Amino acid sequence: MGLVDGGALGRGAKKPGLLGTPARGVSWLLNSSRRYSLWMFQWGLACCAIEMGAALASPRYDAMRLGVIPFPASPRQADLVVISGTVTDKMAPAIKRLYDQMPDPKYVISMGSCANCGGPYWDSYSVTKGIDQIIPVDVYVPGCPPRPEALLQAIVMLQERIQLEGVGNDEMQQRFRGEPIVVGGARELAAEAART
Amino acid sequence: MSTTNPPEETMPDIEIDPRDLRHLADAQMNVELDTGDMILNLGPQHPATHGTLRVVVRLDGERVISADPVIGYMHRGYEKLTEFRTYPQITTLINRIDWLSSFANEVPFIDGAEKLMGVTAPPRAQYIRTMLTELSRIATFVLFLGEMSLQVGGITPAFFGFRDREHILNLIESATGGRFHPNFNRIGGIKDDLPWGWLSETRSAMQKVLDSCDDFEDLVAGNEIFQARTRSIGIIPGDLGATYGVSGSNLRASGVDWDLRRDGAPYLVYPELDFKVWTHPDGDSYARYMVRLQETRESARMVVQMLDQIPEGPIMAKVPRIIKVPEGEVWVETENPLGQMGYYIVSKGGTGPFRVKIRSASFSNVSILPWLLRGVYVPDVITILASLYFILGDIDR
Repeated sequence: MGLVDGGALGRGAKKPGLLGTPARGVSWLLNSSRRYSLWMFQWGLACCAIEMGAALASPRYDAMRLGVIPFPASPRQADLVVISGTVTDKMAPAIKRLYDQMPDPKYVISMGSCANCGGPYWDSYSVTKGIDQIIPVDVYVPGCPPRPEALLQAIVMLQERIQLEGVGNDEMQQRFRGEPIVVGGARELAAEAART
Repeated sequence: MSTTNPPEETMPDIEIDPRDLRHLADAQMNVELDTGDMILNLGPQHPATHGTLRVVVRLDGERVISADPVIGYMHRGYEKLTEFRTYPQITTLINRIDWLSSFANEVPFIDGAEKLMGVTAPPRAQYIRTMLTELSRIATFVLFLGEMSLQVGGITPAFFGFRDREHILNLIESATGGRFHPNFNRIGGIKDDLPWGWLSETRSAMQKVLDSCDDFEDLVAGNEIFQARTRSIGIIPGDLGATYGVSGSNLRASGVDWDLRRDGAPYLVYPELDFKVWTHPDGDSYARYMVRLQETRESARMVVQMLDQIPEGPIMAKVPRIIKVPEGEVWVETENPLGQMGYYIVSKGGTGPFRVKIRSASFSNVSILPWLLRGVYVPDVITILASLYFILGDIDR
């Protein structure tokens, strides 16, 4: 992929978007194919897992219309993992191990206050305070637990970011240098204000 | 388990029909292959275990020799955390023990703190508490009614379960502001009165629940495949279950007629209600399904009863602005959706308790698993785990 790596087909600096510069050409095509075929490996841990189940499996929210396909048989087939719930120190090695099994490019949504920062268990002796100590996180969903709509919003925002990615190897490695997305955060509010 | 050939001299001297030689060859091969035990890890993350329970199953072929639940993957240290929180803050925490029926978790703790303080909530507050408890029981059970069929391969009822749960969560949210962590109880009453129109909304939602219970009975319980997978599988004898500490619907499905709402120390407004405690004589997975199905209906009927009876009046007793609980000890137990839930609160007179012991239902319910899973087939492990219906936060706390 010499052309893509060299940036000849990607990264046309047409108009900088809110989350970055939109990709063009083959990059655009690859990105939009990837963004609508995310296989989500769900890591249901605690209360948030029920809300994630409501977002994925209930007729009211139905995440599949966004192009997210839940229930791959194994993390080796997954592109996206949703860490939903409290991560304890006993559980953390298993999460790291399964994350390592996922093929690149892979994305992580940290759902709920416990996965973000420890949440109500910020002073507990057995809880890992933030999953981002173990694996890199793309989107944070605050809330205890977040509503299913918030998870859907996180997926949509992640898809927007995927659309803006370059597809060269070096850009893939630099993916985590960007500011993390927070659902309902200042960046999203600014984007909302710019739209209206 | 290694099988060896019998010694040569004890082999019976029989005529062998040539037609049987093939079978003999098969048998010989089976003897020679050393069928060692296979150790299978269910979990810690497995779709069938409702969270992060890990069951280490030792198999001989398809049959389970031993099963050891490994718990602690969701241990969050509640009992230690309660020592550093004030009473109103603890209500926030204990919502999250059994996260499917959060409101029911608050009730025994608040009840205990009120007993220590000598405060009684006004009747209207008690009614609202009871209604929300029963609503959270329905929300828990309709999810079970759908998910249980998911574990035997029927996907559609799971969607029905989530659909009905949303009806209930709408009601809880409109009354308390939280979808399933309401944090609505205060010592001496509840936070807010019911919103306008809530009673009529609830009445129509209860009708929806009763209708969908009929659906579940036809679609799941009446299904031939479902019955074949659950009938006479995972039988818990009543007395043995009680010895292990199994409680709630799991014990009532074994024919033990014991419900703390009726038999325990009176709490909330249950003495004023007319309800039936459902039992089932069989004690298998199917009985547990049927008992929960009937209890969902019974809870819906109880909510409708309370809608008719709810009195007017204040919702908050007179309590000081800063809650200080006098010195003392109290044990309060209630009938949660998953079983008996109790708090032993030790207060040394301060804004927070000195020590809280939490007795949660699921921990005792899964303690019967090593006994129950011995000798069953691997596919039945999944249905038995599903039919026991535990919540991991309730096991590990």
